[in-house]
Amino acid sequence: MKIMVCIKQVPHQDARLDVNGAGTWIQEENIKFEINPYDQNALEAALQLKDKEAGTEVVVVSIGPERVTQSLRTALGMGADRAVHVKDGAADGSDSLGTAKILAAVAKAESPDLIFAGFMSDDGNLAATGPMLATLLGIPHTTTAVSFQKNGAIQVERELEGGALEVVELNTPCLVTTQTGMNQVRYASLKGIMAAKKKPIDVKTVADLGLAGQVGADAAKIKIEKLYTPPKGQGAEILSGSVDEVVGKLVGKIKELGLL
Amino acid sequence: MDRPALTDLAEEERVFRDAVRAFAEEKLRPLAGPMDKESKLRPEVIPALFELGLMGIEIPESLGGAGASFFMSILAIEELARVDASVAVVCDVQNTLVINAIKKFGSPAQHERMLGKLASGAVGAYALSEAGSGSDAFALACRATPQGDDFVLRGRKLWITNGGEAGLFLVFATVDPAAGYKGITCFVVERGADGFTIPRKEDKLGIRASSTCELVFEDVVVPRANVLGDVGRGYKVAIETLNEGRIGIAAQMVGLAQGAFEGALAYVQQREQFGQKIGEFQAVRHRLARAAIDIEAARLLSYNAARLHDAGQPFLRQAAMAKWFASDVAERVASECLELYGGIGFTTECPAEKYLRDAKIGKIYEGTSFVQLDTIAKMLFSEGA
Repeated sequence: MKIMVCIKQVPHQDARLDVNGAGTWIQEENIKFEINPYDQNALEAALQLKDKEAGTEVVVVSIGPERVTQSLRTALGMGADRAVHVKDGAADGSDSLGTAKILAAVAKAESPDLIFAGFMSDDGNLAATGPMLATLLGIPHTTTAVSFQKNGAIQVERELEGGALEVVELNTPCLVTTQTGMNQVRYASLKGIMAAKKKPIDVKTVADLGLAGQVGADAAKIKIEKLYTPPKGQGAEILSGSVDEVVGKLVGKIKELGLL
Repeated sequence: MDRPALTDLAEEERVFRDAVRAFAEEKLRPLAGPMDKESKLRPEVIPALFELGLMGIEIPESLGGAGASFFMSILAIEELARVDASVAVVCDVQNTLVINAIKKFGSPAQHERMLGKLASGAVGAYALSEAGSGSDAFALACRATPQGDDFVLRGRKLWITNGGEAGLFLVFATVDPAAGYKGITCFVVERGADGFTIPRKEDKLGIRASSTCELVFEDVVVPRANVLGDVGRGYKVAIETLNEGRIGIAAQMVGLAQGAFEGALAYVQQREQFGQKIGEFQAVRHRLARAAIDIEAARLLSYNAARLHDAGQPFLRQAAMAKWFASDVAERVASECLELYGGIGFTTECPAEKYLRDAKIGKIYEGTSFVQLDTIAKMLFSEGA
């Protein structure tokens, strides 16, 4: 079986984020990046299948600049077999559809039985790329998986509103997007990292994929007009002190304003 | 020729450092305080170190290790110590002393047998010190008497790191007290050997979760096949492995200082006094700036010594300097950072006091600071400036 895992490199959860000079994205210089946490669960799900089924190949795919290599090496160190890196300035500024087109082109060349992706990215939060990719490929998909089983067909428990779970069954080839916490993500071991040095990273351009002019900022239907921190709300009062003091002050306020 | 900066990590070094850091933050940070109070490692810690490949860093892949560089050991020790110096020293002794000694002095048959074991789950310990021989290590009294194809070991070892967990011990004993240091021989003794007991664990100021034990050998029979290096050449094993060991301790102290520093840097940006964050006071800012300089310098000394080692260049002087300086920095930084917390820093509620207690050992084990200065001075006079 061949599994493709889509991973995105996003700012590390501990990184300090500032808006860039143009006010259109964050300032990316000198901050730390990591594999999108949702994608880490996607990768772990693929690796667990590989551990169970001999002969399974896990291919990780990512789009982005040179720094993305470190995330791909980490994925290879965790146990993925090889990587595809779409490294091309022409892909910059792609919206979800552009990203999905690039991934679809890679998927067509790879023809995986199963595609895993995080259900959304920690930076964009759109949750659109996975379903779009499945639609472009014409394969079934399901989203926000919290558990995954493969006994012939694929069985997924997915998260719904209000804590409800839904069980979905899919035939391969299909695409599953993963929720965080669905599994315990492994660390790349030193042995794995040393072995990863010898694993191939296939670097591709947008033109290699036959998508020249179809992706990137110019082709994007969604553009970020402005990114900003909302001004602090007026009229808010922060109560300070010990828990008892704060509770006392809060009760006082409620009475004072005649809210009860 | 490509000569990157010392702190410019190769891609695999960066991936590894980040993996160890994530492990330390997520799995060790919550345990560091409790393990210190309990004076014991939690049982899941050592298996996790093996799983990450941190216990056989330089063991060849063919024997089950990672086949990585000495510098990787330094990165691992530093990152572990940033969160818990006790866990760091478990990894340090395993890699820089025990595996290093066996790799350097073991026969191919010993490599297969012993490195295989160390890669797959056995913790190693390095037993040199005795009650009467600390800095004067070669005044040791532990005695090994030839008996047919074997040796019979008799004596006591003191302050042995990892003694509580180790399955494999490198034990230094003399086959001929009259021969002085030329009688010293290194033996590999396994836990559970008849007559080998571990009666006592020390109660310590710092690195409390790391076990420091007394070992007793009462007529323990050790086969000749377990002599590491040549009979009467154990002093060479000891001298040559402790050089790398010093870089390991330097890295431990760099990581510890970094951990103490990061805690204080975050605290001063939230704590308010006199109507402002205390991090806005120039005195506080300058103290942190000095600490950052100290840590950077200690890290450069450590990385340089490790990279010299990996390049096959002489590194003894640099190793001694790195250990002397890094242990001094760790103690000073841990102490000065604790003061930035004020009262709470002095309580066990705050991790600052643990960093200070853990730092103290840096100037003592694997060659005291006095011994490092002696080593450096001796080289100045024999080799010139």
